[in-house]
Amino acid sequence: MTRTPDLRSPEHAAGAETRVPGPIVTPVFMALGVVAAVGMAIVAWRFIFGIGSVTALNDGYPWGIWIAFDVVVGTAIACGGYAMAIVVYVFNKGRYHSLVRSAILTAGLGYSLAGFAVVIDLGRFWNMWKLPIYFWNWHLTSILLEVALCIMLYSLVVWIELAPAFLQKAREEGRGRWREIGERWTPRIEKALPWLIALGVLLPTMHQSSLGSLMLLAGPKMHALWFTPFLPLLFLLTAFSIGFAGVVLEATLSSRAFGRQPPTELLRGLAKPTGWVMLAWVAIRLGDLAVSGNLGAVTAFDGMSWLFLFEMALFSVAGVGLLNPRWTRSHRKLVRLSLVAVFAGGLYRISVFLIAYNPGRGYSYFPAVTEILVTAGLVATEVMLFIVLVKTFPILHGEAAAIPRRTSSPSATPQEA
Amino acid sequence: MLDLLARSRSHEYEGIARRDFLKSACLLAAAAVGMPSELAARMVQEVEAGRKPTVIWLSFQECTGCTETLLRTSSPQLDELLLDLINLAYHETLLAAAGHQAEAARMAAIEEYAGEYIMVVDGSIPTADNGIYCMIGGKTALEIIEETAPNAAALIAIGSCSAWGGIPSSPPNPTGAVGLNEIITDRPVVTIPGCPPNPYNFLGTVLQYATLGTLPELDEKGRPTFAYGRTIHEHCPRRAHFDAGRFAQRYGDAGHRLGWCLYELGCKGPSTYANCSVQHFNDVPDAWPIGIGHPCYGCTEEDIAFKVPLHATTEINDPTPPRIFPPITPDRPGISPLATGVAGAVLGGAAGAAIMASNKLSDDDAEADDGSGSARTEG
Amino acid sequence: MTLDRRTMLKTLAAGASAVLASPSAAGASSDPVEAPEDAVGLLFDPTLCIGCQACVHACREVNGVPYDEDDELHYNNTDLSANCRNIIKLYRDDSGEESEVRETYMKMQCMHCIDPACASACMLGSFQKRIGGAITWDPSKCVGCRYCQIACPFGVPQFDWDSPTPNLVKCELCAHRLEDGLEPGCTDVCPREAVIFGRRDDLLAEAHRRIEAEPEKYQNHVYGEFEAGGTQCLYLAPHDITFQDMGLPNLEDRGVPRLPETLQHTIYKGFAAPTLLYAVLGVTIWKNRKENEKADASRDGESGTTSYAERNDGGAS
Repeated sequence: MTRTPDLRSPEHAAGAETRVPGPIVTPVFMALGVVAAVGMAIVAWRFIFGIGSVTALNDGYPWGIWIAFDVVVGTAIACGGYAMAIVVYVFNKGRYHSLVRSAILTAGLGYSLAGFAVVIDLGRFWNMWKLPIYFWNWHLTSILLEVALCIMLYSLVVWIELAPAFLQKAREEGRGRWREIGERWTPRIEKALPWLIALGVLLPTMHQSSLGSLMLLAGPKMHALWFTPFLPLLFLLTAFSIGFAGVVLEATLSSRAFGRQPPTELLRGLAKPTGWVMLAWVAIRLGDLAVSGNLGAVTAFDGMSWLFLFEMALFSVAGVGLLNPRWTRSHRKLVRLSLVAVFAGGLYRISVFLIAYNPGRGYSYFPAVTEILVTAGLVATEVMLFIVLVKTFPILHGEAAAIPRRTSSPSATPQEA
Repeated sequence: MLDLLARSRSHEYEGIARRDFLKSACLLAAAAVGMPSELAARMVQEVEAGRKPTVIWLSFQECTGCTETLLRTSSPQLDELLLDLINLAYHETLLAAAGHQAEAARMAAIEEYAGEYIMVVDGSIPTADNGIYCMIGGKTALEIIEETAPNAAALIAIGSCSAWGGIPSSPPNPTGAVGLNEIITDRPVVTIPGCPPNPYNFLGTVLQYATLGTLPELDEKGRPTFAYGRTIHEHCPRRAHFDAGRFAQRYGDAGHRLGWCLYELGCKGPSTYANCSVQHFNDVPDAWPIGIGHPCYGCTEEDIAFKVPLHATTEINDPTPPRIFPPITPDRPGISPLATGVAGAVLGGAAGAAIMASNKLSDDDAEADDGSGSARTEG
Repeated sequence: MTLDRRTMLKTLAAGASAVLASPSAAGASSDPVEAPEDAVGLLFDPTLCIGCQACVHACREVNGVPYDEDDELHYNNTDLSANCRNIIKLYRDDSGEESEVRETYMKMQCMHCIDPACASACMLGSFQKRIGGAITWDPSKCVGCRYCQIACPFGVPQFDWDSPTPNLVKCELCAHRLEDGLEPGCTDVCPREAVIFGRRDDLLAEAHRRIEAEPEKYQNHVYGEFEAGGTQCLYLAPHDITFQDMGLPNLEDRGVPRLPETLQHTIYKGFAAPTLLYAVLGVTIWKNRKENEKADASRDGESGTTSYAERNDGGAS
């Protein structure tokens, strides 16, 4: 190729994605570092003294926030990459492409951190390598197996999808061997990209819905208002709603943090599918309850009924709000509605795994302080890695369309995070 | 026999004043049966005043074990009991007289001490064929009871045989052996079952009557509740092993040698009311069946002794589970308030920060904060 | 780019999602699972149990569980745990008059379901039905994910929370003894034969025989005959105490894994749907790129380098 490859590929345009300038270590970064360090210290304690020493998990509630939040909600937030891939590459809405790379980065980080959460949550993690390798032992009825394998493969795919960013840096700034690698591998990866991206759409479709199917096996212990054969569909829908809303939040936050213009117009465009998905979710839940004859539980007005109504209210308000152009015209309202959408979806997923799940025999669960600190540490680590990567590689979109284009020199206007 | 005992006593206690001796004997007797020591003084008074209770002891289908068991006490010793504490007017084993003289002594005592004497019976009473299977001096047991009981102030049946029939009554019970309380049904009969019973159960009852003129509290079978109110199981020294599920499986196995519970060897303790576990025999500690490693065989119980095989396990009467049984839904530690607080703080902080941060965003499309004029409407 | 393709894609996506995510009643996975030929199990008759806990002690011995260091004499377990595979609990209701106290002992251990949820959940097949239908744990295949604990409706599998090398612990019907032709420890030692061992068919027959012989003594139901697709450990109940009082959950007759397995089987049958979806996605994305490159090429000469976003705003596809 004589022209710079990035001009012609649909994945990015020249100079559009740039490295965020400025030092990586800032006060914010250091604060995050403290939180991450505390979390890692507790993780080390877990490996020495066992899971029970740092969590409030018990035999009635063997899964806690490390699974229900770090994995189940965390990967949903990371589904921004999945959602944007569908919008840009399947439905070919190229105008959104500027959001793709950072969404994929969030996906990569989110899934990798979820994977790390799984490793520390697995009691016998030393057998973990057998999962992808010992295919003759695969117990195909296990939904969790499918989830685990899908997530492992998807994590790999996502990082490969990000490769163009790393390769771009290698080409633009690298010397000698790195430059060579960048130039040799870029076209290869770009050729394979459609098939990788297709995988990156297939795999989350499979495992995000299967995350919902997981709790089908706990049927006798699930509350009627949450237990439905539609759980996989409902989880898939929340993967979209949380994913899109997550992109709005992440794009807003990072653009403000790194002194770039937020792509407000594009973000407004994401509101519509989010809204429809959320209203569809409401309709399916209510419809399913009506058909199965469990609507009575809605008006029982006990704790669970109130939780259900609260979820419904959140989803309805966010769904309607996001579909209302008068509201989404305001960036502030858009962001707040997206916050509600993420919170609603997260609350729903946590409800399914931890609140609507009741093992009986007097068991109860609330995460221990150390458990919460580990989660906080993982989130802090994820943010720190995000900062490191966007300041090292050209991932974030440099400017909105109308702002005078900077040169491709990455050191133009030093800005602080 | 009596003169023999008299000689041995005077030889042992040469030089000690009789009154002191009596006092100590009474104290020991009172202590042994759990009576307050001040009653011992009353006992002495009564005895010194010559007001010893008279006892007519009738023996029917018995093995003399119940008499033998009395020989195995040290407080009071039998001779003290017989010579100093009670007036034994008739006893087939211990009476000096024999034959017609003995019977005449009984008839005389019935007249002389009418309304005062205690009638003690050991051995069961045969009822088949008009009671001919036990005859003493030409009279059946039934006839002897008819003669002796009406003038008795109190009736005591000592031993399982007179309490409910004992060994002679084991199936097929050819002699129709029954206990005293089936012969005399219109008056309370104190029963002291056991084969043999612990002598102190008998002594306690007799001495209480002798001192206070009252009988101890009795259960529905006439047994004094101070001795027969609880099952062996309820106050067995090996109970902890039962509760922990540690059982000897065979004589001499490791568990047996470690003193584990004998339930699986057929111990009838759980359904046997008696006090052998707290009041041992022969005044020797651990001289009782379980104490020496043999399961209790329920000798006080009509339903068990000589009917249920020795090594068959028994039902537990009135199981009273110890507190160590967990309930179906156990108590568990609750939710940590600190954790709730921290979680609340984190969530609240995040929400607050998000709202505050979003304040910086523009609220109005006209002042779109991207300053862009190229905002296109979405397709 | 045309409306046609857009509609087609949307329909396909919708259809794919519906297939992937909707419930389906069809499929062989919904057929009930039969008990294995050699199915053995226990029958627990609480009217005979005296709470001696010999079975608890025997279970520890047979499974090599060491004594609790601090508590040689008493087992302070209040429930099944990583060092307690079998426990005797007491149900006691003394809310009424003294003569109306209802109480019974209850033996809790793995139910050895015919259609076990734990085995369905297990990723590498660590929990599986093995000899005699007993469900045993294979440590080499366990990653400690604890999905089995989520799945089990009886709350049986227990985890070693305080160990850095934890096991999943539960009654295994003494499979190691079954292999030697011996009975499980608990049934062997019970002095009142309150818990007995045998082939499941024989135990069921015996249980029903007892109910028939003394109908006023028992509830007219054998728990485990049909619940959760049938279990190999069966229970009788005294006439005045319900199975739920005793801690046995009220379950329907369908095996617990039937619904999720049927759903997954339908969606992923032969992996057809995912493969089809992948093909459609791959082709679509590839075609989109081809068309975009063509469009770029035709515009390239006009305006020089422009951002891709400008070239492809709005009306793209």
